[in-house]
Amino acid sequence: MQIYLPIAEVSVNAFLLLGIGGGVGLLSGMFGVGGGFLITPLLLFIGIPPGVAVATGANQVVAASVSGLMVHIRRRTVDFKMGTVMLVGGFVGSNLGIFVFELMKRAGQTELFVQFSYVALMGTIGLMMFQESFRAIRRARKAPDEVRPPRAHHNFVQRWPLKMKFRTSGLYISVLPPLGIGVFVGFLSSSMGVGGGFIIVPAMIYLLGMNTRVVVGTSLFQIIFVTAYSVMAHAIANQTVDMALAVLLIVGGVVGAQIGTQIGFRLKAEQMRILLALLVLAVSFKIGLDLVLRPHELYTIRSVNHP
Amino acid sequence: MMRLVLLLLALAVARPAIAAEQIVAGLSENQIAITANFNGSDILVFGAVKRSAPIPDGKPLQVIVTIAGPPTPVNISRKGHVAGLWINTNTVRVTSAPSFYAIATSGPMNEVLSQTDDLRYRITIPRAIHDVGIAGQAPDAANFITALLRIREREGLYVVTPGSVTVEQSTLFRTDVKLPANLTEGVYKVSFYLTRDGKVVASHHTDILVRKTGLERWLYMLAKAQPAIYGLLSLVIAIVAGWLASAAFQLLKR
Repeated sequence: MQIYLPIAEVSVNAFLLLGIGGGVGLLSGMFGVGGGFLITPLLLFIGIPPGVAVATGANQVVAASVSGLMVHIRRRTVDFKMGTVMLVGGFVGSNLGIFVFELMKRAGQTELFVQFSYVALMGTIGLMMFQESFRAIRRARKAPDEVRPPRAHHNFVQRWPLKMKFRTSGLYISVLPPLGIGVFVGFLSSSMGVGGGFIIVPAMIYLLGMNTRVVVGTSLFQIIFVTAYSVMAHAIANQTVDMALAVLLIVGGVVGAQIGTQIGFRLKAEQMRILLALLVLAVSFKIGLDLVLRPHELYTIRSVNHP
Repeated sequence: MMRLVLLLLALAVARPAIAAEQIVAGLSENQIAITANFNGSDILVFGAVKRSAPIPDGKPLQVIVTIAGPPTPVNISRKGHVAGLWINTNTVRVTSAPSFYAIATSGPMNEVLSQTDDLRYRITIPRAIHDVGIAGQAPDAANFITALLRIREREGLYVVTPGSVTVEQSTLFRTDVKLPANLTEGVYKVSFYLTRDGKVVASHHTDILVRKTGLERWLYMLAKAQPAIYGLLSLVIAIVAGWLASAAFQLLKR
């Protein structure tokens, strides 16, 4: 069934959109990553203009994240306090990122900067996660009773001031590290155009030593605010949110997120980490490949709307 | 008296326009409504040649029909190989290129239209693209135009169909033009040209209005006129849908 999208001004298959929304929602529910990094290229691939793909993808991420978050709230696996601290940092970082993005734009080659930092960052994080969770799985096979999530209890972070109790996460640490992570993620998401779930999930696991169970819900909680902010910014500044496209993606996305969350609860923590690591590595590998391989079509065209 | 003089003057000015052969043309549709399930549109273009004199001798009459969508400026970028990476190295901006262009003729292009008349009437697609000043933007600017033509042709936005106009007894003609599903809104200009020996002997122009209707129009207008409300509405839909799905699954499990 073909449907004409009023803002994107293209006609696409409605079932295809439901499928894309569902697939990305599934991953989003499972790992607590927004999925903007997946949905944007998929929409571009089926012929949606870039601006519309980014803005509408963000709208879908909001829906899928709300859907997943509701389940986590019911299970009490959301650390609202931690999420809020990170959000505060996130908004500072976002504005910083917008500023740097403008500087890069003036220098040209923003696309290259974005892709390059993406590959470097994702590749590193993915490899580290993969290594760690692989070891954890092997350890679990040898002695199933001794599996413990990696914790950062004994590092220098413990000595920082402004300690705060995060009861859901089971942590009593300084607010500075989560605040700093928030700033960093906000900075990356506004300068690189990704939601940041990818960075925040490993950061919460490895840097803060949060329980993997709590990480997903908390990540979803803060993603909702970051992406909602970005939807509003796109809607007001560029008018690129396509509601018809969004509704179809959302219907698929919220259902996918529900299924994904259920799968996520059944997975062991280290299994979840290794799957996320593989996903991160696959995406960064694909982007890296696109940079290195000769594209089929060297030229790209972009029609400029009337001023 | 004054009126008569004006009328005579008007006739005198209009006189050269009244050629020996004139086009009387029609379209199966001159308004296209884009609804939610819009999936392209087939337009029947037909017409006849009105004559005040017998058919002139010589080469047979040929017909060219073009449909041009609303033009926009276009940026064309090219990737280059720099330090092992493929990155955008050059960008050329074309002042105006039609968003859609279909050209149907009654015979092979080089037979129905001469170079000079193509230049004068801007009939073929490369002529319909206004690329003044691009030579200064890149050393091989022509390659960028070729790329634009190639990409839009592949997307079905630029369509050339020589020989698709059927002409009956040098008088009646008709052709079908398929408008694709990815149409943009606006005025589509339909032009008819009668040519003999490659020279344009008569021309005629009319418009097709393509516009969104119903829900499509409403959403589009809201997004443009009330962006903040539109953005909030999008978020409300997202949040409500997310909550509903979660509640529904909760019910299913019980």
